Amino acid sequence: MEKDTFALGGKEFSSRFILGSGKYSMELIKAAVENAGAQIITLAVRRTNTKKSESILDYIPEGVTLLPNTSGARDAKEAVRIAHMARELGCGNFVKIEIMKDSKYLLPDNVETVKATEILASEGFVVLPYMYPDLYTARDLVNAGAAAVMPLASPIGSNKGLATKEFIQILIDEIDLPVIVDAGIGRPSQACEAMEMGAAAVMANTAIATAGDIPAMASAFKAAIEAGRSAHLAGLGRVLERGASASDPLTGFLRD
Amino acid sequence: MAENQFFIDSDKLSGEALAHKHLLETDPSSRTNHMEYMEGMERISPEIREKTLAAMEAYDYSKYTARDVRMALAHETCSVEDFKALLSPAAAPFLEQMAQRAKLETSKHFGNTVYLFTPLYIANYCENYCVYCGFNCYNDIHRKKLNAEEIEHEMKVIADSGIEEILMLTGESRAASDVHYIGEACRLARKYFRNVGLEIYPVNSDEYRYLHECGADYVTVFQETYDSDKYETLHLMGHKRVFPYRFEAQERAILGGMRGVGFSALLGLSDFRKDAFASAMHIYYLQRKYPHVEYSLSCPRLRPIINNDRINPLDVHEKELCQILCAYRIFLPYVGITVSSREQKHFRDGIVKIAATKVSAGVSTGIGDHESKYTGKENADAGDEQFEISDGRSFDQMYGDMEQEGLQPVLNDYVYV
Repeated sequence: MEKDTFALGGKEFSSRFILGSGKYSMELIKAAVENAGAQIITLAVRRTNTKKSESILDYIPEGVTLLPNTSGARDAKEAVRIAHMARELGCGNFVKIEIMKDSKYLLPDNVETVKATEILASEGFVVLPYMYPDLYTARDLVNAGAAAVMPLASPIGSNKGLATKEFIQILIDEIDLPVIVDAGIGRPSQACEAMEMGAAAVMANTAIATAGDIPAMASAFKAAIEAGRSAHLAGLGRVLERGASASDPLTGFLRD
Repeated sequence: MAENQFFIDSDKLSGEALAHKHLLETDPSSRTNHMEYMEGMERISPEIREKTLAAMEAYDYSKYTARDVRMALAHETCSVEDFKALLSPAAAPFLEQMAQRAKLETSKHFGNTVYLFTPLYIANYCENYCVYCGFNCYNDIHRKKLNAEEIEHEMKVIADSGIEEILMLTGESRAASDVHYIGEACRLARKYFRNVGLEIYPVNSDEYRYLHECGADYVTVFQETYDSDKYETLHLMGHKRVFPYRFEAQERAILGGMRGVGFSALLGLSDFRKDAFASAMHIYYLQRKYPHVEYSLSCPRLRPIINNDRINPLDVHEKELCQILCAYRIFLPYVGITVSSREQKHFRDGIVKIAATKVSAGVSTGIGDHESKYTGKENADAGDEQFEISDGRSFDQMYGDMEQEGLQPVLNDYVYV
């Protein structure tokens, strides 16, 4: 069987679980990455901006692709500046754009995100924009040179799951880039559902960081994401959508 | 409500000064109008102030019942009415439920992180007569203003201990510690620290912009009390007496480009429920106007000062303080909550697991005495303290203790852009 992978910026990834590194203890990050089987881990540039020995970078296993994010940016200009800092810090050329002009809900600003994507993609970054699931914005991001789109499932940290399900489905159906479901995924079952829908990958942080047993929850997410992916490939979603077939066909009256 | 005995006479004051002090204390007509701006004070839209004070005025906490509190706790998001119920005496029996809910909200927004910082007082000269404060201009204390070299020395000592976030403070004297002096201190601080905050006398928005360009990004101003009549009786002289100018400081700081602003009432000065309510509503209204800004709250209670050990937080006991902090967290789940070294170790260790997100460590409220406090090397010239602290843990101790509590101490989560 052919290996099931997806590509970002020319790199192939077999794990479809992107792990966030915020909100929990450094020692647990390593265990979480291992149990999650994650090949991509996000980190906030502002959290690496520390002199102390406990820089997150030291806790991330080798071979894992770093996805620095621009959290703290309030407009495109600031996001670009933070992306440059990430590159100087040696985080590679991947960047997740996060631009928030609301400290209460931390919702992404789609307009500024498109601007930043355009600038950073032209500079050679592999750009993964965090966005509110809007079809027009997603198309603009494609044109701006994004490597994927990362629509939010529900407000960040809320653990509420796929509140924007219908709109994410539209992106999955219409956008040719990988759609990575980000923010608000609270349970493995929700991650599984996103994968069943056809998402390329799922990103989670708070759900794992606030779990009673962090490594165990990372394993649970891994299993759920794999199950959802298998279900998607098996065509299960489409079977269910059609519902049960009637025993007496409605079109039985038609003659040749 | 019991009252504090604030008035203390120093035998070092001249007869003239003493006479003036007594006149201010006893004859309200001898004081300036506290609602009138002084020359040079910038005026901005009074909208936020008017809304906040009207909301406080209308808050009658005695009308809330256990049923209102239960409803508030059952709601998924906390309305202003719910918040009023949670702050009311009716919520006292629900403290544990409130703490459970607050913990949940804290973990959603902040995970298990706790931020560490230290304050650095660079001068204690003051032109105000605020009756409860150790720095007040009539209090007989050793005054000091650090020069650039001394500031840098203090910063080195603090930075060597591991601290990456600093809050710089001055007494409120434009004459002794002007904006340029504070700006230079900010430039020095940027060399040693990742994150620079200010707690200084309120200034105009162009001055906040200058300080921002010098490297500061957070401004905290304590309103002390939102009850303007009470405010008038506590701040008898100086620019701090001007209630509206102080109230509008955070908004001017935002207009000056600061990333974050901090708020607080000094609990114990007036009706603490009303003051706590107004502090939160001040943020609530500003957040709707300036959603991009980071907001934070502190919750200081009155502490004894040099020459007056009878000052105390009156009816704000630990249970009341905990109730306020839980109500803050449930109503404003996204704000940072700082608990200072005015509180004791057991309280700080407990509250960081419920609602607080930031604690100070390695604290001195004196001037130029970090080396003596950190290493035991004596400095007879150090300036006196603003108030007595209750938790003297060093940075290392605090870091270790927070880890012991199962939390992740964070030294910096910020970039200056």
